[in-house]
Amino acid sequence: MEIVWDWFEWLNKAHGIKLTIFYDEWDRGRFLKGIWTTIHLSVVCILLSVFVGMTGAWLQMSRFVWIRRVVAGYIAFFRNTPPLVQLYFFYFAVDRTLAGFFDVKGGMMDSYGWAVISLSFFAGAFNTEIFRAGVEAVPKSTIEASEALGYTKFQIYRYITLPLAYRVCLPALNNNLINLVKTTTVAYAIAVPETLYISNQIWSDEYNVPEMMNVVWIVYLLLVGVLVFLMHRWEKHIKVPGFGQ
Amino acid sequence: MIENSWTPDQPLVSLNNVHKSFGDLEVLKGITLDVMKGEVICIIGPSGSGKSTLIRCINALNDIQAGSITVEGQEVHDPHLDKLELRKKVGMVFQQYNLFPHKTALENIMMAPLLVLKQSKDKVEERALTLIKKVRLEGKENSYPGELSGGQQQRVAIARSLAMNPDVMLFDEVTAALDPETVKEVLVTIKELAEDGMTCMLVTHEMGFAREVADHIYFTDRGVIVEHGPPATFFDQAQDPRTKEFLGQIL
Amino acid sequence: MISPNTIKSGKTDLPVLLPFKLHGATRTASDYWTEIISNKSFVIFILAVLSLWMLIDSAFAQVTGNPDQTLWDTIVKWTPLMMFGPKGEFGGFVLNIVVSFIAMGLGTFLGLWLGIGQVSPNNLIRRVSWVTTQLFRNSPWLVLLFYFMLLLPFRVELFGVDYDIPGWTKATFALSLPIMANVSEIVRGAIESIPTGQWESSESLAFSRSQTLWRIILPQCVKRMIPPWMNWYCILTMSTPLISILGVSDGMTLTQDALAAEGRSEYLIPMYLWLMSWFFAYSYPIAAWTRRLENKFVIGKGVL
Repeated sequence: MEIVWDWFEWLNKAHGIKLTIFYDEWDRGRFLKGIWTTIHLSVVCILLSVFVGMTGAWLQMSRFVWIRRVVAGYIAFFRNTPPLVQLYFFYFAVDRTLAGFFDVKGGMMDSYGWAVISLSFFAGAFNTEIFRAGVEAVPKSTIEASEALGYTKFQIYRYITLPLAYRVCLPALNNNLINLVKTTTVAYAIAVPETLYISNQIWSDEYNVPEMMNVVWIVYLLLVGVLVFLMHRWEKHIKVPGFGQ
Repeated sequence: MIENSWTPDQPLVSLNNVHKSFGDLEVLKGITLDVMKGEVICIIGPSGSGKSTLIRCINALNDIQAGSITVEGQEVHDPHLDKLELRKKVGMVFQQYNLFPHKTALENIMMAPLLVLKQSKDKVEERALTLIKKVRLEGKENSYPGELSGGQQQRVAIARSLAMNPDVMLFDEVTAALDPETVKEVLVTIKELAEDGMTCMLVTHEMGFAREVADHIYFTDRGVIVEHGPPATFFDQAQDPRTKEFLGQIL
Repeated sequence: MISPNTIKSGKTDLPVLLPFKLHGATRTASDYWTEIISNKSFVIFILAVLSLWMLIDSAFAQVTGNPDQTLWDTIVKWTPLMMFGPKGEFGGFVLNIVVSFIAMGLGTFLGLWLGIGQVSPNNLIRRVSWVTTQLFRNSPWLVLLFYFMLLLPFRVELFGVDYDIPGWTKATFALSLPIMANVSEIVRGAIESIPTGQWESSESLAFSRSQTLWRIILPQCVKRMIPPWMNWYCILTMSTPLISILGVSDGMTLTQDALAAEGRSEYLIPMYLWLMSWFFAYSYPIAAWTRRLENKFVIGKGVL
């Protein structure tokens, strides 16, 4: 490994291409931490937003008009307002107001937590629509057959509807999740130490903006690229035989 | 125009030992046939025998792996051939009509002469209206394909190809997607075309039509021409057992 | 008996799964709320709530000892700035909208060519187009903004005259790139969805490839490209506040400036909600209209 780092140091001395994240231990450490933060922020948001989506789709099937209206309102709000403004709203407005209300010093939750909440609900709104379309693709006759077999409503949702629905809506869902990973970059705005934010700190310290910008772009392309590849493999794997084109 | 030494006493379309494969699957295994000017030939056979592929090779929609196809003496699968020039001489009508849905019937017929042959609008419009009359669709000039029945669309498709004044017309199972009632109106149109002297090559299942209009019939099975002959001898005195079996099934 | 909903499954003619219709004929959240909003009694209800709130608000202001400035006053005071930007400068929410228009226009134009390139018979053009499309589709928009805003020059010399390139121009260009990539995908998808019979009959009439593409294929593509295109416009508009992170004085920046100037924490939620309501009021009708167009083109009369 030392050889690799030394080569980058040579690159700087010989050609002025300053990639300290390779040969400087401090920079390397914090850059890798930043990438790790992006990765686990993405994973947490993906999981939470899928859960929100499934719950939302479930609630949309409720008998109670007001539950359905609340869910519809939630979706309309998160789909038609900017995710950055939503993030600021949660972190600056909601956080401070709640802190003032409960008299908690320094905010209710740190920036990472609010980023998770904001992004998960943002993606969750889209997921709810996607899951709803998936649920509607399950024929009524199948549901009736499960009722006849004695399944409760919740059991039907969990064992029959969801497994069929998610296979159908997987391409749309994957698309949304990939967008979610790209959207995690907005967490920069509230100083979450993810890749972009850390890179900003590094290039402010080391004055190597062009090099770092290229590295950041490539890193994100790799992260998203790997995710796209995995998603396609998964889609192929769980395809329902005989269904679809 | 393509420079060559073709004269009308030579075959208009000539296929010589044509082989075509889709990947590993060989679909045409040595087809040889000649079509003289003014002749009407029908190609019949079971599904998968290669009939449609054969026809599509003639106007270079499909390529061939071996053998030669010439139209008016010009080799079709010459890599230096200008395909557009070839297609001005060879008209084709498809099973699925393939009219342009965003244009009216008249516009469908007029488009190619205007844009490809670059003829004047008045001349083209006059000829298009004549063709509409010829295929008996007066009153439907300004209808869109979506408003026409299958048989009407197919007749517009025939008029559209005729507008280019081709020397030979290819018909690829043009009545297969139609109701029995509308099949007749299309066949009548083609029959009149043949009687006017147009060289026609039809892939068809319509045996009655073949017997009545064709000059020569070719029976293909699994990529080879099994038997051929004029309608009189072909239908009544078929030699090959495969031919007899096929005719027995459909007649 | 085969029903129209049957998918071609193995041995049965009963529906195994119905078609997946994300934007199909079923009622979505948008339709739900469009109905509610267009209902007169709902409008009256909202007005009643607003008036009640204003009454409580001024009473509250009296009590907390700041009678001159209720929340309503604050909102009225800062709205011109948030909407139009500082006097003599171009900014605010209007800047967000202008950026969205220009970025969409530029991105659509570039994306059209890139999409056509993706179906080109020329190997090199096709590969380059594909790579470019994937590159800008998979990049986070904020990273692209940073990249182009920091690395493009802020001053350029043309024919001996120095031109300042304002930040929002660079931001607009940066935002047009992911739009270009997504429009490229829309165009490619639309072209590939036209039946091959159209290409074949066109070629058989001796149309050249370019004539076929521009006169036969693309006109048929337009209708089916419009709903996803409008969808991307909404996404783009929702992404324009990102430019505030890079220092452009758009609606987001100015809202934050206003809040900083006021310094009152009880104004935080209302002011943010006020800004969000502008985006909502702009985006919601467009989204509803898109939904109507999708239904029309999916279920509409057979031609396209």
